[in-house]
Amino acid sequence: MRRLLDSPYAVVVLLALIVALLPLILPSLFYLRVAAIVCIFALAVVGINLLMGFAGQVSLGHAGFFGIGAYAVAIGPTHLGIPSWVSLIIGAVAAGLMAFLVGRPILRLRGHYLAVATLGLGLLIAMVFTNEAGWTGGPDGMPVPRLEVFGFRVFGPRMWYWISGVTLVIGAWIAANLIASPTGRALRAIHDSETAARVLGVDVARYKLVAFVISAVYAAIAGAYLALFDGLVTPITAGFLRSIEFVTMAVLGGLGSIFGGIVGAALLVLLPQVLTVFHDYEHIALGLIMMMVMIFLPSGIVPALVARFRR
Amino acid sequence: MLAASNISISFGGLNALSNVSLKVETGEIFAIIGPNGAGKTTLFNIISGLYAPSSGRTTLNGEDVTGLAPHLLARRGLSRTFQNLQIFFRMSAAENVMVGRHLHEQRNVIAHLFTLPSVLKQNRVTREKAEELMAFVGLRDMTNRPAGTLPYGALRRLEIARALATEPKVLLLDEPAAGCNPVETAEIDDVIQKIAARGVTVVLVEHDMKLVMKISHRIHVLDQGRTIAEGTAAEVRANEAVIEAYLGKHGQREAARA
Repeated sequence: MRRLLDSPYAVVVLLALIVALLPLILPSLFYLRVAAIVCIFALAVVGINLLMGFAGQVSLGHAGFFGIGAYAVAIGPTHLGIPSWVSLIIGAVAAGLMAFLVGRPILRLRGHYLAVATLGLGLLIAMVFTNEAGWTGGPDGMPVPRLEVFGFRVFGPRMWYWISGVTLVIGAWIAANLIASPTGRALRAIHDSETAARVLGVDVARYKLVAFVISAVYAAIAGAYLALFDGLVTPITAGFLRSIEFVTMAVLGGLGSIFGGIVGAALLVLLPQVLTVFHDYEHIALGLIMMMVMIFLPSGIVPALVARFRR
Repeated sequence: MLAASNISISFGGLNALSNVSLKVETGEIFAIIGPNGAGKTTLFNIISGLYAPSSGRTTLNGEDVTGLAPHLLARRGLSRTFQNLQIFFRMSAAENVMVGRHLHEQRNVIAHLFTLPSVLKQNRVTREKAEELMAFVGLRDMTNRPAGTLPYGALRRLEIARALATEPKVLLLDEPAAGCNPVETAEIDDVIQKIAARGVTVVLVEHDMKLVMKISHRIHVLDQGRTIAEGTAAEVRANEAVIEAYLGKHGQREAARA
């Protein structure tokens, strides 16, 4: 059992089972819609977790990459006549490229300084989406044409649930692969001691960049999915609060745990829905729950539960 | 094999090292000693590329490597351990050593993302090598434990195994026996001699005089950032300047016993 818990692949299998069985118990399309959104956010958080939970580098700007993915599938088909699915790939590549170019200089920074620099990057990207109204529709945003793949139209919660669910499983599998590889060991080493990693031959700057670029691509794909699913994109998609949301999901669920990030995403998507019963006090309840989790499960929900289960 | 010539560095006006030169021959065990604050660790940090000296040069195998980044020095066959342990505490003991195999692994990130069969095979090879090295330093039965749960003396040896995993030609050991009890010190003494027997050049900074006198071929003595003596254990022990500036009365007695 312990061996099983330690294997990142066990998580992938568990996740695949959940994704496959969930539609059987969800009573209506509304719930399937919520589940699809959970999968989309979880995908972004799996990426963030590679950067924050494994490599130990903070980013408060990942909504920027999320926004690049989202606007790519809006602008591509609308203004340039590029099919949505090609636009999605272009968006993911563009986000990766942006992360590569910006990551080089800013990943030299550490801790709070890196947080502020990534924050600035996120704000900057959101600003571009707000101001380039001719392309993006400005603050009001723009509609996103439905995804069409070789004449097959993708729409509705059911289809999007399956697409985002399967993508999440693949995303988790890729993350598990990475963690179990030399790259993953280098990232985890950097987290604990950059100095020791360096004297062992790890090119610290390169690996931080690798984690930054990969997590940006995850965020961009998730952003594209959300935009295609919603049929609308606004600068809020790329906004500061969204970045904070990603980080909160990762921390709440458990940094350094793939499944933790997914649980964190589910919690932050579902809780506001559930807490509507508190009406005006909804946000107070949400804030209190988050504080309680951090006080009583400081390592995050999933790692804390795993540790308890082991004893 | 390894040489430093006229190394000087100052921190905020304090001359931590002035004009220190040393030359380490292939396969020898070379010790750097000196009282607290003599500049031993600073010298190590310069040799291993963590600090750049204000002046002076370091060479490895005849090539100028002054100011070269640590990961590039590792490629040229220099690795080290740390006085204040730098363990990867979130990883298992074996994984710590596996990180040391980094330079001997394929580092193609795309292959890693999709776990191509070659990656699986390589992971297996890396793990075997790590387990072999852990056995070499006497940690055979601790491989799967989280690094944080290892006793102190074991962590010291884990760092040595990790540095050895890079297959260094020169290994720098920064106080390998610091904080160890006599039994642990004896174990580390044994490990260092085994490493030297493999043909690895060992440079160590150490406070434990007994250990230094016993295993070192040559000893370099620093005091307040300056070289005051260099020679074999017997020569250093008999050196007036060393006795006066460093060993003192207490050290004299200890040295006599060693």
